Amino acid sequence: MAATSDSNVTAHSAKPHIGHTQLSICQLNVAIGQKTVLRDINVQFKSGAVTALLGPNGAGKSTLLKVLCQEISTPRQHIRLGHRQLTDWPRAELAKSLAVLPQHASLTFPFTVSEVVAMGLYPLTISKKSGEILVANQLAAVGLTSLKNRSYPTLSGGEKQRVQLARVLTQLSQSPFAPILLLDEPTSALDLAQQHKVLELARGLAHQQGYTVIVVLHDLNQAARYSDQLIVLKQGRIVTEGIPAQALSVDTIRQVWDYEPIYVPAPQGGHPLIF
Amino acid sequence: MLLSRWLWPSLLTLLALSCLLSVSTGPVSISLIDSLSAVMNWATQQNMGNIAPHEQLVINTVRLPRTLLALAVGAILAQCGAVMQGLFRNPLADPGIIGVSSGAALGAAICIVLLPNANALLIPLAAFASGLITTLVVYRLASSPTGTSVVLLLLSGVAIAALAGAGIGVLTYLANDMALRDLTLWQMGSIAGAQWIYVSLSLATLILISWRFRQDAAALNALLLGEAEARHLGIDVDRLKLRLILLCALGVGVSVAATGIIGFIGLVVPHLVRMMLGPDHKQLLPISALLGAALLALADIGARALLPPAELPVGLVTALIGAPFFIFLLLQQRSKLT
Repeated sequence: MAATSDSNVTAHSAKPHIGHTQLSICQLNVAIGQKTVLRDINVQFKSGAVTALLGPNGAGKSTLLKVLCQEISTPRQHIRLGHRQLTDWPRAELAKSLAVLPQHASLTFPFTVSEVVAMGLYPLTISKKSGEILVANQLAAVGLTSLKNRSYPTLSGGEKQRVQLARVLTQLSQSPFAPILLLDEPTSALDLAQQHKVLELARGLAHQQGYTVIVVLHDLNQAARYSDQLIVLKQGRIVTEGIPAQALSVDTIRQVWDYEPIYVPAPQGGHPLIF
Repeated sequence: MLLSRWLWPSLLTLLALSCLLSVSTGPVSISLIDSLSAVMNWATQQNMGNIAPHEQLVINTVRLPRTLLALAVGAILAQCGAVMQGLFRNPLADPGIIGVSSGAALGAAICIVLLPNANALLIPLAAFASGLITTLVVYRLASSPTGTSVVLLLLSGVAIAALAGAGIGVLTYLANDMALRDLTLWQMGSIAGAQWIYVSLSLATLILISWRFRQDAAALNALLLGEAEARHLGIDVDRLKLRLILLCALGVGVSVAATGIIGFIGLVVPHLVRMMLGPDHKQLLPISALLGAALLALADIGARALLPPAELPVGLVTALIGAPFFIFLLLQQRSKLT
């Protein structure tokens, strides 16, 4: 079932329509305890684009994601979402426009796939009937309609990840503007085909529906292939940012990861290959 | 779903039958028809269908409060069990097993022994307070970012039950004969001495917690995804947890004050319902309430009918059914625990 769209993965999807800035961070410093984990962060995230956060372990990628979803609270005036400060958003309203795809979500109890997706209805005001239709549509969007009555704990890692994606899309379906989707190492527990499938879906959301997609990745080639903008972090600072072909230079990789890469500059598609 | 369509009517029938049976069972034998008319008489305050006055008296003052108390406490315990399992993200949580009932019992016992002339409402209050402290302690001991550890949860339960047991043990030395008999019977759980004041209190508690749990059912589902995930869905997780812990402590506290420690209802009932309908709290909670009510009423009939004319404490009957079920669940979970 993973074969549906993998054959045309190499053909680049429609040219992105990068929109205006929906989410921006300005002069942000974050300390946890005595330790400063993010320093002087200034970034603008564009709607309609996939932004990848890269960097070695401990660089602050996940922290940045946690700041964006307010799991780590920040002083006011540093992060702006839409027309107001991020900290001024009421929790329930924020949930309609900003969602997180977790790294892996385990469930102790045997909910069905439909029930898990329906958990995404929580922040919405929606009738029971429309809710059911919405859930069915989102399951179809991730290609899991046939599994809707299966018990979630029995699914494979890739299927679980797509169920979670359907849940998150359900959550964002009533957003008054193009929503923000945060993905925290979404491919870490998946096999190769499933990794590409999830990233493909995420890129489709940005390019076709104007989502602001921000994804933490470890694999530089995946980042180069699926993102429109790269942000490379080291020790809490942004080292470089830009389109993949520019941001991922040999120098950057050497400096940030302390590793001598084999670097094949931009074959066919336009992004470099790094080994 | 087909199952949920016939489940409601069949559960309601079961409930009605167990009520009727409960009202007619006991040392004074009253036929089912007479029991029904006697209950009608009580409800309408009239005298239809020639019921002997002594039978009517038995029903009004003994059997009816007893039946209603069994129903209310069964429904409370089943729902509190279901909510605790969700809150702790752990299918083995049960007020009895994790020590909350014992904690509540200690509070109530202190009240019974040390303040013998206290207001009847002080006992549930003490049980609620000590049940609440116990729940918070167990939660702290057993929780980690990914949920609660089964092993830590059960061990905390053992530790707290031992501590509460020791406390109650000390109290038995201080107690006079009257209080002692109360204390012993009540540690095993009994609905025999049902008083109307506890019936009203339990029913009021039942209505409150059922209403509030229903509001929180969807949030409780989302909480099972993980606390961070629930937060991202817009749920105020800390307030939700605090509210549910308070309500569970209230439910268990009132139940323990009214009937003593009745174990396993909170474990067995939600598991049975999950097997039939799945874990969605929107259905799990109301159906568990109905099944819990019916099951405790039936267990109480068993307590009266198994060894006549003697009467077993109902907590023994639920333990006889529930403990093997618990062992069965442990066997199922064994691969995950080791």
